[in-house]
Amino acid sequence: MSSKIKPLKYHEKLNFSPSLENTNSLSLKKEYQLFINGRFQKPLSNKYFASINPANENKIAMVAQANEKDVDLAVNAARNSYESHWSKIPPKERAKYIYRIARIIQEKAKELAILETLDGGKPIRESRDIDIPLAAAHFFYYAGWADKLDYAFPNRNPKPLGVVGQIIPWNFPLMMAAWKIAPALATGNTVVLKPAESTSLTALKLAEIVQEAGLPDGVVNIITGPGSTGEMIVNHLDIDKIAFTGSTEVGKTIMRSISTTSKKSTMELGGKAANIIFEDAPLDQAVEGVINGIYFNQGHVCCAGSRLFVQESVYELILRKLKDRMQSLVVGDPLDKNTDIGAVNSKQQLSTINNYIDIGKKEGADIFQLSCDLPAKGYWCPPTLFTNVSQSHRIAKEEIFGPVLAVQTFRTTEEVITKANNTPFGLSAGVWTDKGSKVFNLTSKLRAGVIWANTYNKFDPTSPFGGYKESGHGREGGLHGLSPYLNIE
Amino acid sequence: MQFTINNKVDKVGIEDRIVRITKRSLKSESKLAGLKMVLGMIDLTTLEGMDTVKKVQQLCYKATHIHNELPNLPNVAAVCVYPTMVKTASNALKDFDVKVASVATAFPSGSSSLKIKIQETKEAIFNGADEVDMVISRGKFHSGEYNYVFDEIATIKETCGSDVRLKVILETGELGDYDHIRFASEIAINAGADFIKTSTGKIKPTATLPITLVMLEAIKDHYYNTGKMIGMKPAGGISNSKLALQYLLLVKETLGDLWLDNHWFRFGASSLANDVLMQILKLKKGYYQSNNYFSKD
Repeated sequence: MSSKIKPLKYHEKLNFSPSLENTNSLSLKKEYQLFINGRFQKPLSNKYFASINPANENKIAMVAQANEKDVDLAVNAARNSYESHWSKIPPKERAKYIYRIARIIQEKAKELAILETLDGGKPIRESRDIDIPLAAAHFFYYAGWADKLDYAFPNRNPKPLGVVGQIIPWNFPLMMAAWKIAPALATGNTVVLKPAESTSLTALKLAEIVQEAGLPDGVVNIITGPGSTGEMIVNHLDIDKIAFTGSTEVGKTIMRSISTTSKKSTMELGGKAANIIFEDAPLDQAVEGVINGIYFNQGHVCCAGSRLFVQESVYELILRKLKDRMQSLVVGDPLDKNTDIGAVNSKQQLSTINNYIDIGKKEGADIFQLSCDLPAKGYWCPPTLFTNVSQSHRIAKEEIFGPVLAVQTFRTTEEVITKANNTPFGLSAGVWTDKGSKVFNLTSKLRAGVIWANTYNKFDPTSPFGGYKESGHGREGGLHGLSPYLNIE
Repeated sequence: MQFTINNKVDKVGIEDRIVRITKRSLKSESKLAGLKMVLGMIDLTTLEGMDTVKKVQQLCYKATHIHNELPNLPNVAAVCVYPTMVKTASNALKDFDVKVASVATAFPSGSSSLKIKIQETKEAIFNGADEVDMVISRGKFHSGEYNYVFDEIATIKETCGSDVRLKVILETGELGDYDHIRFASEIAINAGADFIKTSTGKIKPTATLPITLVMLEAIKDHYYNTGKMIGMKPAGGISNSKLALQYLLLVKETLGDLWLDNHWFRFGASSLANDVLMQILKLKKGYYQSNNYFSKD
């Protein structure tokens, strides 16, 4: 490319007028209670905390904070319903309830999508087209397995574990609840679930759906609160298994806490995925994959493709294409149908991201950010990329969990495999090449639980998801997602 | 020069990108601006065996009097006809800023000798064509005779000279894979095409959003390699405003502001104009009018 040629411009013609999602279908309470034993109950703690809309810092509702006694009530309810009912009914009865939940999620999809966007800051396009449909799909999928466990594990007499404690993150609130609850119920367990403090509302809507679906009391209990409430679930003596999705740091703490118990565990933790572009790749689609890989959900994705490796021969070309593509990203009101990048989930997360951006600058990497107007209130970070990055830079080593991409180059296949695996994480990776043999070579050598070839961030309930190394253990989704909830001979 | 297929296109990725485009939402002012832009980019087309002088005259009148009640509407960009109708169109449009485009080179199959194709092109230009829409030799392309395809385009461009803009129809519905479409775009661009165009309208599938994106990416790479702008014309099957606006958004997000102009982007369409008018009136008046209020020429 000649240096005289002017970069293309994207902002002068045909700009979008506001196109806000209509929020009439949303009904909200002022105060949300704990969902224990099939009923909404005031917390024994008598404490509530505010749920904030990160796009404008307004309070959406007050949410109950569970203390030790509340956790005890929830676990007891789950234990009673497990012993007296849920473990005894025919598996196809369990399936019937799970199917009902799936169908009601579909019926209320619009309301759930709006609430997810209000509470978490993610673009309505994503909550409408990805989060909510995938949550429903997960329930549909696992409902189908409920009466087929003997076929999934022939001659191995699969039995439920009992009461499972599930702690989920704030990046995909309802979808993560579905990933946890659906397989647990299908395999005959009862559940105590705690959503993240900043995004409790769709989980509480799910509690209403559980009620509407007529699930027996106590099969699903949803309690809310900060990290300390989660700790109480982890340490409760009558819990048989902990399923956790969140940071590696908290995951390690949980593993230490349960190491002297017989509790089983599934951990889905952090990541620092390598997204690898070879010179023979379909380059324009690779660029699109990079955009989806890192800027999806403001980069709050454990499997985000946050490390980009580009073969040196196409480095300039990819960078030009990437910067051009970034020009069309719309940052702003998450309820606007054209928004690509919504609000960062919380003030705390924004300061973490900004801290890493400062570190990147101080370490001497070159920053490129989309220049765009950001709303005055709320928490915002424009799509960002760093070039002149090496493996030793902290922005290439540590999980940022924001829309920040670290771009590196490589020369040979061996080199990129070494670099891609040179991380304590191992959740996901992406490979872009037109050559099938290269895909198979890399997928067998990359130490990552999920590897996408010529695409990125594709999810399906039939496909197992989970990590190697410090990205966790156990799998969610697919046939593999059943066994962590079963005792198998 | 020996041509080889270099730039790969991934079908899944291209189609995913299009899904993102179709989820965009143009409302109120931006929708009105888009609709007006679409109107001004239309190559109002009639390419039928039953075309007559009177039919072409009626179409030309429509092209220059798009709607009597609405002020400030742009005229369509061009009227597109067979070579035998160029004189008629040229006479009808001589006082207006609407171009005359003529298909040529044994449209739509392209199955004729180069000599005849040159002669046909010359006649169209002599009779007043401002723009020539040629077809490539798809058979030669499929048999790997890329240099033949290139030379043919280059020769027709030479015949056109610098004043007459050449649109090269790839007939993407006959090319098969996206890789082929990308490659044919590169051949046409390098051979001197001023515009690349998807289809004759006679072969299905006609223009689609993914095919158009593949061609826009080829135009973009050429721009960055040479600084030269090439126009794009999807043709066939674009009959409603919603789809036309999606094409505009695709241009907006791929090539940006420079190409959002009827000098660089056209729609080959026959019935699109009335739907655009209907939508513009709906935005102004708040209700839809019966299609009997829009003249069908």
